[in-house]
Amino acid sequence: MSAALLDVTDLKKHYPLKGGLLGGTTGYVYAVDGVSFQIARAETLSLVGESGCGKSTVGKAVLRLFDITSGQVVLDGKRIDDLSTGALRAVRRRVQVVFQDPFSSLNPRMRVRDILAEPIRNFGLAKDGRDLEARVAALMDKVRLPRDAVNRWPHEFSGGQRQRIGIARALAAEPDLIVCDEAVSALDVSVKAQIVNLLQDLQQELGLALLFISHDLAIVEHMTHRVAVMYLGKIVEVAPKRSLFAAPKHPYTEALLSAVPVPMPGKARERILLKGDVPSPINPPKGCRFHTRCPYAFDRCRAEEPRLNHVATALDPGHVAACHLHDLPAAENPLAVAKGAALVAA
Amino acid sequence: MALLEVENLQTHFRTPDGINRAVDGVTFHVNAGETVAIVGESGCGKSVTSMSILRLIPEPPGKIAGAIRFQGRDLLTLSDREMRAIRGNEISMIFQEPMTSLNPVLTVGRQIGETLRLHQGLSARQAEEKAVEMLTLVGIPEPRRRVREYPHQLSGGMRQRVMIAIALACNPKLLIADEPTTALDVTIQAQILELMRDLKRRVGAAIVLITHDLGVVAEVAERVIVMYAGRKVEEAAVGPLFNHPKHPYTQGLLGSMPKLGSSLHGDEGRLAEIPGLVPSLKQKIPGCVFAGRCPQVTDLCHKVAPALEEKAPGHVAACHYALKDEALAA
Repeated sequence: MSAALLDVTDLKKHYPLKGGLLGGTTGYVYAVDGVSFQIARAETLSLVGESGCGKSTVGKAVLRLFDITSGQVVLDGKRIDDLSTGALRAVRRRVQVVFQDPFSSLNPRMRVRDILAEPIRNFGLAKDGRDLEARVAALMDKVRLPRDAVNRWPHEFSGGQRQRIGIARALAAEPDLIVCDEAVSALDVSVKAQIVNLLQDLQQELGLALLFISHDLAIVEHMTHRVAVMYLGKIVEVAPKRSLFAAPKHPYTEALLSAVPVPMPGKARERILLKGDVPSPINPPKGCRFHTRCPYAFDRCRAEEPRLNHVATALDPGHVAACHLHDLPAAENPLAVAKGAALVAA
Repeated sequence: MALLEVENLQTHFRTPDGINRAVDGVTFHVNAGETVAIVGESGCGKSVTSMSILRLIPEPPGKIAGAIRFQGRDLLTLSDREMRAIRGNEISMIFQEPMTSLNPVLTVGRQIGETLRLHQGLSARQAEEKAVEMLTLVGIPEPRRRVREYPHQLSGGMRQRVMIAIALACNPKLLIADEPTTALDVTIQAQILELMRDLKRRVGAAIVLITHDLGVVAEVAERVIVMYAGRKVEEAAVGPLFNHPKHPYTQGLLGSMPKLGSSLHGDEGRLAEIPGLVPSLKQKIPGCVFAGRCPQVTDLCHKVAPALEEKAPGHVAACHYALKDEALAA
């Protein structure tokens, strides 16, 4: 996979738990526990999963906002997880981020011009003052905000407009990859559509790769190329979008799809209600991490952890899932048939 | 007679830079045992409407005008004492954020029992018994142990179940649920929606569901009210509203939502955008509130506010240009 822009191998991030009599480490939160994936240039990979599954932690590891516990993050053939602070600067320019909350991710004491100029100056991208101004103006055009708005303050903008500023700031550094951490989740439906369309246009125009972290499966399906589903610190399934939505090959993905409310009243759907809550990442279940809530779990699931293996689908060869069901004969495997359509309403 | 009749509700707030018309003349009714959803985006006035029904709006700076008749009595004319006898008893409410709406220093049993002791005069022991019963009803395992636990010991989904248990403890006739599943993960949301549907069958309370999520509306509501900028712009039974929306705003809202399963049918074109922004509620809007963003706007829309008009049987919309069904037009 040398062609991949980003190559993450067996990424782990464990947070120590302090406490006990002597204030020592009493355990770990296994936030991300062995995650591997690749993103090609100009590709969108979505990370989906519920709160606490570790999807944001993966995003932060890619941005190197902290040191990872183990594993490798390779950007364009170069390892970035062990770089020193100085050597990181060049990498930071190439990987940028758009955060979820446009109200807290912009400095309220900086005008839009300064917010956008900061990364340009920081990475020495502008030749002179005039070039800087031109770059700022071009960024405003790219995110479809009026050029004269550069003199205004963040509080003068609506949520959707602020998210545009956040995107412009990410673009200012001319990155190859943007991590969008729930970048449209906080926005209203009608504004969400505007930002989703903008991100898609920018990706095509600039050839950006996106790591799109979201819990909203409908948005993900709309804008991604591939999807990786996370559960309790692990990736349980990765597939090209159409293959995943047509024929999910992990019971968790199947339940997740069936749980999304669909705006089509009266449509009959197959509904898989999961019991209980997600277990704690401090003490994840042995064997398959999903076995405590899985409707199909059998003895092997409680004992042995399944690995991500290729599963045969009619649609695509790049479909992998971590589930023991696929070792069973097809007649006994409830996931052998493609029932995506029945799950999301025919 | 409907269980709840809201007539020309106007909830305004006095602010340093003018009067904010958060709700500006909203009329609707809820029948006994019915589930009515109020949908709209942030700032459309849906939450203020629900808070106004229970008179939870601080006055001043707020001011509620109009009439809110519950079983024929106008709630706006009641004394504070009479109002307290209704809250949590005949009308109760589920809030969005279960972490901040539960008291962190009281056990969940105390909090469920509080309404029972207050409204039904149960003793502490009886209240605890009933609390265990309520926890069983909302599907919390080991209710005897859980009843003595504190909110922080429960997961988000369980806390929302506790909120529902509190709301249902006194057998209310009307339950107002303000974004009850917005803070929850989808698999937990599916559990809570299933619980609400199931409880409705068993308890028979009417539900006013406030939400921005059209998917949730389609799953649980029977009738839908669409609000925009403080006004009701459309109302219909759930099927017609989703299948034949009449108001351009509702049409835009439905068009801007990506549909799950889109990749299976290959309809992954661009999402429809509603250009522009919600208007400021601090200026009086003489015409249609949606005029500034509407694709079909004309001069008339800016000058004259369209009245809510029946466009199809039981389907009203406030738009000059929404077509009437032939049966009504004839």
